[in-house]
Amino acid sequence: MSIISVTDLHKSYGSVHALKGISFNVEEGEIYGVVGPDGAGKSTLFNILTTLLLPDSGEVSVLHKDIRKDFLEIRKYIGYLPGTFSLYPDLSVEENLIFFATMYQSSIKENMGIIKPIWQQLSPFKNRPAGKLSGGMKQKLALCCALIHKPILLFLDEPTTGVDPVSRKEFWEILKTIQQQNISVLVSTPYMDEATLCDRIALLQEGQFIKMDSPQAIIDSFQGNLVTLHTHDIFNLLHLMEQCPFHCNFYPYGEHLHVIFYEDLTTILPSFEKFLQDNNQIYNNIQQIKPTIEDCFIEITTEKKNL
Amino acid sequence: MRLPFQHTNIVEDSPYSIEVKELTKQFGDFTAVDHISFNVKKGEIFGFLGANGAGKTTAIRMLCTLLMPTSGSARIAGYDLAKESKMIKRNIGYMSQKFSLYDDLTVYENMQLFGTIYGIPKKELKDRIFSSLKMLELENKYKTLVYSIPLGWKQKLAFATAMLHRPKIVFLDEPTSGVDPIVRREFWNLIYETAAQGVTIFVTTHYMDEAEYCGRISIMSHGQLKLIGTPTELKEQMEADSIEKVFVKFVVR
Repeated sequence: MSIISVTDLHKSYGSVHALKGISFNVEEGEIYGVVGPDGAGKSTLFNILTTLLLPDSGEVSVLHKDIRKDFLEIRKYIGYLPGTFSLYPDLSVEENLIFFATMYQSSIKENMGIIKPIWQQLSPFKNRPAGKLSGGMKQKLALCCALIHKPILLFLDEPTTGVDPVSRKEFWEILKTIQQQNISVLVSTPYMDEATLCDRIALLQEGQFIKMDSPQAIIDSFQGNLVTLHTHDIFNLLHLMEQCPFHCNFYPYGEHLHVIFYEDLTTILPSFEKFLQDNNQIYNNIQQIKPTIEDCFIEITTEKKNL
Repeated sequence: MRLPFQHTNIVEDSPYSIEVKELTKQFGDFTAVDHISFNVKKGEIFGFLGANGAGKTTAIRMLCTLLMPTSGSARIAGYDLAKESKMIKRNIGYMSQKFSLYDDLTVYENMQLFGTIYGIPKKELKDRIFSSLKMLELENKYKTLVYSIPLGWKQKLAFATAMLHRPKIVFLDEPTSGVDPIVRREFWNLIYETAAQGVTIFVTTHYMDEAEYCGRISIMSHGQLKLIGTPTELKEQMEADSIEKVFVKFVVR
């Protein structure tokens, strides 16, 4: 049975319809990712699932319990890392951890096993005030505090936003070790590249899930043929693409241009190259590639806009 | 006194809008920025990367004259950092991750407030506000409270506001944090157009694919700035096929 089960969830704040009928299930032992930009409704969803906010309508059960009736019971067994830094900046690293352990009538010693890999990196700073840690370290401490009562289910609301790529990578490695201890994880992120590290993901936009599946299945369902090419003057090329005579969708991707065609490439690609050459574009490495989750997100959202 | 907002009388002989020499900042016995030196050309899009805690924010705060360096020197927009901080402030724009817009003022009131602080004459300011709103296709929204407009628009509006006084350099501190992939690309389009008009763009980001949109990038590590070049140069130098891998290799070392 699913560890999180949500059916037709709605939530409005005044005239703002933040969640517009969301349904999904998270299975035991999964890392489930909610991927979407700011304002899509991620934090509202997390606040409801962690029993901090009541929904307007819809069925929501967490750990097989009803969030409306059994919220006290649910709170004992979940860990929650909110999107904003919520530890005590003027308590030391160790004091913060003791505080959260005591709140749950536990102790650091009792559950050291769970947080050990993270704590090893943190313990050199254990006497430093939490407010004086770097961004990556703050997140690691917050994660320790969310885990110290040995939850069955962990909610992480944008744990890597504003964190540098090296610390982000480390954070995801830690998540994998948490998963191995039979803790299920629901994590949200605005970074598309992190989506591939989840078992399943839901793409959230404007309060609705526009796609739900495993990252691989989402990539496999990509409709068009994706072509990449390299150029030194992407700005110039983008201007030219406005006049591209072929049915396609294009956008910069790092120092490459990605073009999605909806026809067979063997016929369209030579004419496309001719179009570029006729307009004096210098480019190289033109080739068909497999899409990333970011390509999929762009395809799905632009499709929606064009309808 | 009304501040002048345009300067046509200064000698512009340097091709650089930012020249930094051995800039250093110490807090007690901790060296946050350790003798960094670099130049940024006029109209260049310069990416300023680094791990959390590497010293980026301290460096930017010095370049924006919000923090005095311990030692070293810099010329920003042609002015001496140590002696001409007021002139620098008039010639730079700044947009941060947490937008400096007031949620409970309208779009127009926000722009009016910032424009007035920079001393732009009333009529001129009105013209500038409406021409930038027109460019952003926001002219019908000028009476809307900022809190009710979508994040993507807010970001563009914050950028346009930072550009109202026509700065020579604009500092963007993680301008695209948390917006969706399409809006991020629209924002970069805006950056490109601004740079094409000769404005220098100094930008920090944690999105490594965005780093590739920059003309040149630098990566700070432990207060030092040792890696600087075009994205292609850095990838060759570090034998990596993406800036993300360059970053990871360099920061881990």
